[in-house]
This record gives sequence, C-alpha cells and structure tokens, in this order.
Amino acid sequence: MLTSKTFVKKTKRGRIIKIVREHYLRDDITCGSESCQICDPFDFGQPLVAEPENKSRLCLTPHYIIPDTNVVLHQMDVMEDSSVQNVVILQTVLDEVRHRSSPGYKRLKSMLANPSKHFFTFCNEFNKNTYVERQKGESSNDRNDRAIREATSWYQDHLRSEGQSDLIIDVVLLTNDADNRRKAIQQGLKAFTVHEYVKSLENCGHLVDLLSQSQMSVHSQDRLMFPEHLPLSEIQRGIKAGRYFQGSFMASRENYLEANVSVHNKDEMVFIQGHMNQNRAVHSDVVAIEMLPEEEWSCPSSMVLEESSEKIVEDSMETEDEAIKRKKIPKELRQPTGRIVGIIKRNWRQYCGILRPSAVKEGTRHIVVPAEKKIPKIRIETRQAADLITQRIVVAIDNWPRNSRYPQGHFVRKLGNIGDKDTENEVLLLEHDVPHSNFSEAVLACLPKLPWIITDEDYKRRRDLRHIDICSVDPPGCTDIDDALHCRELENGNLEIGVHIADVSHFIRPGTAIDKEAAERGTTVYLTDRRIDMVPELLSSNLCSLRSNVERFAFSILWEMTHDADVVGTSFTKSVIKSKAAFTYAEAQMKIDDTAQNDSLTRSLRHLNRLAKILKQRRVDAGALTLASPEIRFHIDSETHEPIDVQAKQIMETNSMVEEFMLLANVASAKKTLEEFPDCACLRRHPAPPPSNFEPVIKAALSKGFNIDVSKGKALADSLQSAVVPSDPYFNTMLRIMTTRCMMQAVYFCSGMIPETEYFHYGLAAGIYTHFTSPIRRFSDIIVHRLLAVCIGADASYPSLTEKHKTQVVCNNLNYRHKMAQYAGRASVNLHTHIFFKNRTTNEEGYVLFVRQNALQVLIPKYGLEGTLYLSDGKTKSKPRFTYNEEANTQTCGSVTFHVFDQVIIELSIDQSNVQHLKLCLKLVKPEIPGFSVPAHSSEDSEPPKKKQKKGQTKK
Amino acid sequence: MAGLELLSDQGFRIDGRRPHELRKIQCRLGVFNQADGSAYIEQGNTKVLAAVYGPHEIRGSRSKVLHDKVLVNCQYSMATFSTGERKRRPRGDRKSQEMTMHLQQTFDAAIQTSLYPRSQIDIFVEVLQSDGGNYCASVNASTLALIDAGIALRDYVCACSSSFVNDTPLTDINYLEESSGSPEIIAATLPKSEQIVFLEMNGRLHEDNLSRVTDMAVKGCKDIHDILDQVVRDHVSEVSTVHGWEN
Repeated sequence: MLTSKTFVKKTKRGRIIKIVREHYLRDDITCGSESCQICDPFDFGQPLVAEPENKSRLCLTPHYIIPDTNVVLHQMDVMEDSSVQNVVILQTVLDEVRHRSSPGYKRLKSMLANPSKHFFTFCNEFNKNTYVERQKGESSNDRNDRAIREATSWYQDHLRSEGQSDLIIDVVLLTNDADNRRKAIQQGLKAFTVHEYVKSLENCGHLVDLLSQSQMSVHSQDRLMFPEHLPLSEIQRGIKAGRYFQGSFMASRENYLEANVSVHNKDEMVFIQGHMNQNRAVHSDVVAIEMLPEEEWSCPSSMVLEESSEKIVEDSMETEDEAIKRKKIPKELRQPTGRIVGIIKRNWRQYCGILRPSAVKEGTRHIVVPAEKKIPKIRIETRQAADLITQRIVVAIDNWPRNSRYPQGHFVRKLGNIGDKDTENEVLLLEHDVPHSNFSEAVLACLPKLPWIITDEDYKRRRDLRHIDICSVDPPGCTDIDDALHCRELENGNLEIGVHIADVSHFIRPGTAIDKEAAERGTTVYLTDRRIDMVPELLSSNLCSLRSNVERFAFSILWEMTHDADVVGTSFTKSVIKSKAAFTYAEAQMKIDDTAQNDSLTRSLRHLNRLAKILKQRRVDAGALTLASPEIRFHIDSETHEPIDVQAKQIMETNSMVEEFMLLANVASAKKTLEEFPDCACLRRHPAPPPSNFEPVIKAALSKGFNIDVSKGKALADSLQSAVVPSDPYFNTMLRIMTTRCMMQAVYFCSGMIPETEYFHYGLAAGIYTHFTSPIRRFSDIIVHRLLAVCIGADASYPSLTEKHKTQVVCNNLNYRHKMAQYAGRASVNLHTHIFFKNRTTNEEGYVLFVRQNALQVLIPKYGLEGTLYLSDGKTKSKPRFTYNEEANTQTCGSVTFHVFDQVIIELSIDQSNVQHLKLCLKLVKPEIPGFSVPAHSSEDSEPPKKKQKKGQTKK
Repeated sequence: MAGLELLSDQGFRIDGRRPHELRKIQCRLGVFNQADGSAYIEQGNTKVLAAVYGPHEIRGSRSKVLHDKVLVNCQYSMATFSTGERKRRPRGDRKSQEMTMHLQQTFDAAIQTSLYPRSQIDIFVEVLQSDGGNYCASVNASTLALIDAGIALRDYVCACSSSFVNDTPLTDINYLEESSGSPEIIAATLPKSEQIVFLEMNGRLHEDNLSRVTDMAVKGCKDIHDILDQVVRDHVSEVSTVHGWEN
C-alpha cells in the first residue's frame, strides 16, 4: 500500500542547499463521505453526511463545499456559522492557513473538531490520485491552486464513479481568484466566488453580513491618503541595517492621536503622534518604525482627548495632524518620536462595539464604535442596521486601505441589548479574552462520580489530621475555600502551625481534558456579580472547598515554631482534614476580641494573630511594602441584581493574619520546590521598578514637604511610613495608592529560564516566592502542588512537569490571563458603579490625585473610585480660564489653585447622553469657582439626573 | 520546531507515512566480488553499502589476537557527498569513531564469535546518502553482508529508530524528524529471540513513555526482519538457480 516518490525541493537557509525529502503517496486515504462505498471507513475527524443539505440556487443538487485558502482565511466568520456544513478542507488549504495565520489555523482546527459542523480534512497531498508536482516555472501559489482543482475534480469523479449509491453528490469549489475559477470551470468543475455562493443560499440572509469586505470599494475623499506601507523584505533589510526598529504598537487610551511603540530589546518607548505617523497601525500590531529627526521629537500632551462623535471631524484628519505640529515643545520634554513605515504582523481580533447612528437610515455602510478606546472606529456594511442599532455587536477588521480614514470590517454577531447587564458582562468578558463558555462534556467527564467517598486507601496514603481543630477564615459569601489554618501547643512548649490547602491536584490529573481547560483558563475571574470558575463548580465549591464539618483532602504545611515565631521545622504532607468552622474575617475578629470565649479554636486564632503580627513586623523590617489600592464592595439587591449600596472594603486584623500565613506557606513551598527542581520550579517574581517610574510620587510628596527615597525597597517603605500629615489622615493612603501605580507587574516564571539574581520579589521583599495557597482559583498553584507532591514522594512526576520550556509557556499564559482577569474585574466594578449612579446625583468628598493640562484626576475614597474632572475642553470661551503650571503641577483659576492632594467636593452623576459609554460625570462643588462649579446638593440621592447643560464638558 | 508539524491531526507524518510505518526498504546481497560478503540497502533516502572480509588471520599487531573468539573489526564512514552540504569527513572524526564502536559492540553480541578463535572479521560500512537512521541502515546492511559472507550469526541483527511526538511513538524516523529536537531511541535486536543487543537514547524522554517508544522500535526491528529475511531467501533461491543446486 505504499507508493513511494521522492521530490526535490530547494530552500534558502542563509545559503542555498538542496533538500531531498521523501513523499509517500498512498491509496488508502478516504474521501470522508458517509455515502461512499469505495473508500475504507474513516478513522479520524467528522464524516461528511450522506445527504448534505446545502440549499443554493447556484447548485441545486446536494453538494459538498471545497473552499480555497483565501476563502478560508478571509471568510472565517462565514465558515464558523452553524449553517455552513459539509465542507472539505484540503490538506493544501490547511497547510497554507497554518503558514499564514496562526489564530486562523486555531479557529479552523476547532471547526474541524466540532462534530456538528461536518468539516473533513482530505489529505490530498498524500493521495496518489490528487498529488500534483510543481512544474517548471510554476509559482507555489499556482501549484497549490492546481492541487485544489485537481482534488475537486477527483471528488467529482469519485462521488459519481461506479459502485457509489444512486444519490449523486456534487462538489462546489469556492474561490475568489478569478483565474483559478476560470480554469476550474474549463475543467468542468462547479466554481463560484464566496459572495455569489453565499448570496444564493436560501434563508441565509444573516450570512451575507458575515462576508468579509475585502474588496469593498472605498468611497472617501481621495486626499485622505496614508503613506504606503513598505513591503516586508524592505522592512527586514531596514531592520538589519538599523534604519528601522521592530516593536509592538500600543495605542493610548486617553488620546487617540497618540501611541507608543515598545521596541524589542530597548527599554524606552518610542512615541508616535498623529494619524499619518501612526499610519493605520491598530493596537497590539507588530510594526516597523523609523525614528524622526530630533528636532521633530514631541511629547505626549497631558490632554485627555477623545474622538468626538460629531460628523464634522470626519475629514479633518490632516488639520488635526497640523494642529499638533504647530505646537512647540520645549527641548527637555521631548521624547524619542518615530513614525510607522510598515506592519510586520497584524494582531487583529474581534472587537465588541455598537453601531453609530448614521445620517442615512437606509444606507448599508455604517461605523462601529468599539468598546475598547484603543481601537479605531470600524466601517462595516450591513443590511440589518435598524435591528443592530440597539445592540452590542461583535465585528472583525478585514483591511485598512490607504485612502480610508477607518479600517473596514464586517459584522460577526450580536450580543444583546445595550445596557442589559448580561450583555454588558458578555462584552466585558469578550473584551478581556476571558474564556467563559460552559465546561465541555469532556471536561465534565473528568469529574469524580457522586457521592464521593474517601476510601481506606486514601486514608492510608494521607496523614490523618481530622482530630485537629482547624478553621478557615474568608470573606463573607465565599464558597471556594482554598485554605484553612490551625495552631496548637506542643508538649515541648513550642507551637505547631498548620496551613491546609485544598488538594486540587488530586482531582485534576495531568494531561486530562480538565487539566488542559484549567491551564487555558489560568485563573478564576471574579466579577462583581458573577464568578467565572477555572474548574467546574463541583470541585470549586464542593469537593475541593474546605468547608466546615466535612472531610476534605488537603495539602498541609506544618511548622513547629517558638512563641517568638521562629521556625524550628517545616514539613509538607498530603492529609485529610475536617474543618471545625468556616469564619468570615469579621467573625474571626470578634472571636479574638471577645475575652469571654476561651475554647480551643479561639485560643488558636489568638496564637495565630499574635504570631502573624510578629511575622509582619519582620517582613516590614526587611523592606516589604505596604501598598494600597482603593477597593470597593457592592451590596447587590437579591432580586433585581442591581447594586444598592457601595462601600470601600474594610481591612481587619484577621485579613492580615491569614495573609501572613499564606505568605509563609508560599515562601516555604517556593524554597522546597526550587531545592528539588532547580530548573523547572514555577515561581513568581516582582521586578524592582526603574526609579524613573517614581517621579510623579516624588514630585507630589515634595509639594507637601516630604522626601521619598526610592533607592531601595526598604528606604521606600520607611519614607512612606514617615510621610504623615496629622491633619490629613488620608494623605498617606493616597501616597501609597500613587506608589502602587508605579510598580511593575509581578509575573510567574520557570526557574530554569532566567538568572537566579532576578528571582526577587520586590513588593514582599522575599528572595523567592510562588503561589501555593489558592489552587481552586489559580492554575499556577496546581503546578506548584504537583511539584511539591513529587518532592515529598506523594505523587509521580509526569513528562511535561519537568520540561522548563513547557512550564514557561504555561507561565506566560497564566501571566496573560491573570492580567486580563484583573482588568475584567476592574471593568466590572466600573460597570456597577455606573449602574449604581444611574439614578443618583450625590455630593462627595474627593482628593486630587493628578493634575493634568485640561483636567483633574480625582479620587473619591468613599466609593474607592477615580474620575476625571474636566476643566476646559479648549473650545468654549465663556468659561473661566484655568492656567496650568507645568512646573509646580497646579491649575489656577482666579484665586483658587489646585494642587495634588487637595481636598475637593464633587458632584457625581451619570452622563447618559451616549449609550455606548455611560460616563461617570464629575462636577466641582467646592471650592467654588463662579461659572464653573455647581451648587451643592441638599439631598443626597434619588434625584432624577439633570439635563446636561454643557456638551463635551462631562466625560470620563 | 515552530514551522513543522511532525504529526498531523489526521495521523500522517511529514512524508505521508503513518506513525507505525517504515520507510521503503530496498536491498541487494553480493554487490561486490572482491569482498567475502557485501550488501547494499536503501531505507528511504538513506543508502548504505557494507562489505565483509573474513574470517581471516589477524592483520597487524599480534597483540590483538583473542584466543577464545574472533576479533570483530568495524569501520564506519560517510561519503563526502552523503549530505545536503558537502563536507569533508575524514574517517577519524568523533561521530564516525563512536558509530564504529557501536557497530563493533552490536556485532560482537550477534556473531557466534567462539566459532572463529584467533581470527578476525572486518566489516566496512560506507554511508552513501544520509537521511536519518544511519546507524540502523548500517546494522541492517552489515547483517546482510555477514549473511552473504556465510558467517555464523545467532540471528539477524535488525536495527530501527523511533521517536515520540504529540504523545505518539513514531518508528523509523528520517532526518527531519531526527533533527527536530524530539527524543530518539535506537534499538538493535535479535528479532527471533526478542533480545536487545544495543539501545541508545538521545534527547529527553519521560520514563513513563520509555516502554512505549522502545516497543515501537522493537516492533520496527521485527518488520525489518521480515523484509530482510525475504530478500535473503530470494537471493539464495536466485543463486541456487544459477548454480543449479535445486536438482
């Protein structure tokens, strides 16, 4: 069954060498049709159904679809639609897709794996009937097109050949390449463009919108011309020669005319300003830039600028660019500035947005405003505008022609009504790339069967700690309890401290579907009203959760400590525990404080609390930072699920008690795993921020007469400690909030990948650190559990655990997911803030956090939220003028001057003029500035929102 | 490794084989007249020539004489034109020396050495074209050459390599699969008795997978044995026809 054939290939790898590879052609490759009587039964993939129902006016007989590479790549959204079925993906197409776009390949693969789609991969390159050899002088594209035609023709003959059933099945080739189509028709094949075909389908109106508009003509003013992008070969030459630099493009959230490019292997960001210099780059693209001459260097304006929604601006792109140029920038403020000469790789994804109401109601061309402010508006063509105008929709960008101000895209799907909480949550999850679909069957199949019982075998292998008084302390309403604690007095006078962590790795075995899913999700995402679990609920809230009075598996760390919190010995063990109580922070605090109680749980809590204080002091002495970030809690109405009250989170002694022991456990497990696996331990590091990051803090503190020393972590901690203004207790907190913003992101990494000197955790002042204590909600902890289990001989190692590159790949994903989860959490808080203030207008006390050129950034401690108070929009003349002093960082108007840390009274309400972005709108109440501030409110809430007086003044 | 998909989802390797399939084997016995035994083998694009001299008296220094068994002397070399890039390969280079040693060990174990005391058998191996699995092809060619020379062997010695990609063992790997960084196991066995006479592993492989990959290599050896055995039988019947032995 082997026919062998060799072919010759020439490739370039620096120099030209000749590569000879074998290529075996086979006669045992199935066509994948269920009706086929000739081929061997298929052994992989999803078969094509025997009686396909593709109703097209162009081809009335039942048929299978064979798309070419460009159709698959560009019309992915059409392909993904559930009504498109029975498609043959040729191997040639699959390979080309793989080479040209890895996200595209991933999507195609998931389509191939979907049993309801009936997509089939036909290995035409290995089939002796369909293989074509490249002819002399033929380009590889032409060869591939010929291979696709050859395969189509084979299918046509094969499905009609003798021995097949009576029902004749046709094949239809979809290609947008005119030449290819002509040749196919000459060969007697049925070939259409995708557009023709999709439009001919019955009941598939919605598919038409999904069509990518790559050939959509552009009706736009011709003078809007972006510079041409350089071809890739030119860029590569330029990069080699040092003329160009490669980097990733990061659009500014605050000002759409500004962006930064983080050049690879370079510390400093390169600043990009203006439409022409940005040259059609979209956020997160990989671009090539050229530096501008130094006299044209510029700096970010401290303007907060948003593209206004009025239509007039439409054609003033050049004037906007001009306006920027006119400004003179003092030399010392200039930053390295560049312009984009070409795009190396587009990183377009699908974007959520809403349709902008267009002037022409019946028109089919519309503008979509993406929810993410870093993304430009997208032009799409749709016939369902009337329907979509009230909806949140998902769109994809197809291309960005030189003469179009906006990129062109197409509609993908709708999410639901604007303002609907579920829809908004969906947007939030999509925009932050949080995988939130329900767990698949394969994953659920990995769960243990209920009722779950602990067998004698389990008792034998684990240490029995059921008799010990263990309790857990968590925030109220917590159902995924990962950790529990105990403390008891030993006979020798020392104390035994135990930290017990849910043994999730017992349930999630490496290599299973549930393991892969958890690794992909990386973390549980907490939204204000919803939790997106990393592992199915049965585990997260039941079998793994260390609830009170049930027997649960745990991974325990036991320390023997003196009463002065000196560790005498550490041991790790898998155990069975039975928690005696699940306290909230407040309950635990009450137990500690209540002198009347003297049971063993209370005593152990008191011991723990006392030891925690010693541990904390030690950490602070070593230079650990105590940082602050405003956090709030919503009280949610149980019926309407609307937030009814907001308050800043309370921090109690018990919070810090639990935290201290978790830190201790994390450090202990980091040490243990690193000792055993110096090359593949999963650790967490926190790099020290560059001193330049601290400049705003230093400047701000100096204005109050404090000196902040940032040379070392310890020095910083001390100077933060001493910067206290007795009359203003919130000053210190503000300073800490500002310092938090200067920090770098802490990241997971694999120990074999970076030098040992970089393992340091700056914020905690710990030599090494990892995450061990929350395996229910973090995947990193599961890896650490597995490593630790191998260390103590409780579990077997498995292949990818000891491969540092694989671990690093997992870590990179975790870092990404972790970051996105944080953003999603914040966005959710924001969303609820908006809902909360929807029908309220209140006066609150706030503090100035930053002074900007045209605005003040104000922090409102009561709600822990931050807003922008616009001082002027640069257009309206009537308002009082503010003078911005860049040196002193102040804004002055008449007799009133705003400094950083100044206290102000702010009126809060929601600007409902724009449904897309409900904006929190701040207005000044005190200090009073005639013509600018608004009168104070007498009653605190429930007033109908005021009609807006001034447009453009109130934006967040 | 990024650009290569060593095993597709459809279960095909880069060259169109399934994981358990060998490359095409073609071989001939008695290609030289001067040598006592010779053979030529093609395993896909790997082409190897082997010649055997002996058993004969020990050449060179007398000190090498073994009194209870034969001295097996191997020499492995690669032709300068055997790889894509032309390279000078003097016989003394490290790789060839190592390969020579390995061949020697393998055949020490397979030849019935005690039958030829105080004598010497020379095995010369030349790789004409290399596309992965040089050792395996060399062993298989030498076996055929030894059979051609009529030297008593315990059994055929067959060698086969295997690798491990996407949780699947692959057999008889070619150069592309060899150089992709995935682990490689090379086994030489006596197929009838299922004894392993030589085993080498390159790269990192978790011990959980070791037996699966080794089994794949051993299975490959058996398949190769069937092919070699058929070739030897055909050769013998052909030769006997020429000489008119069957009458």
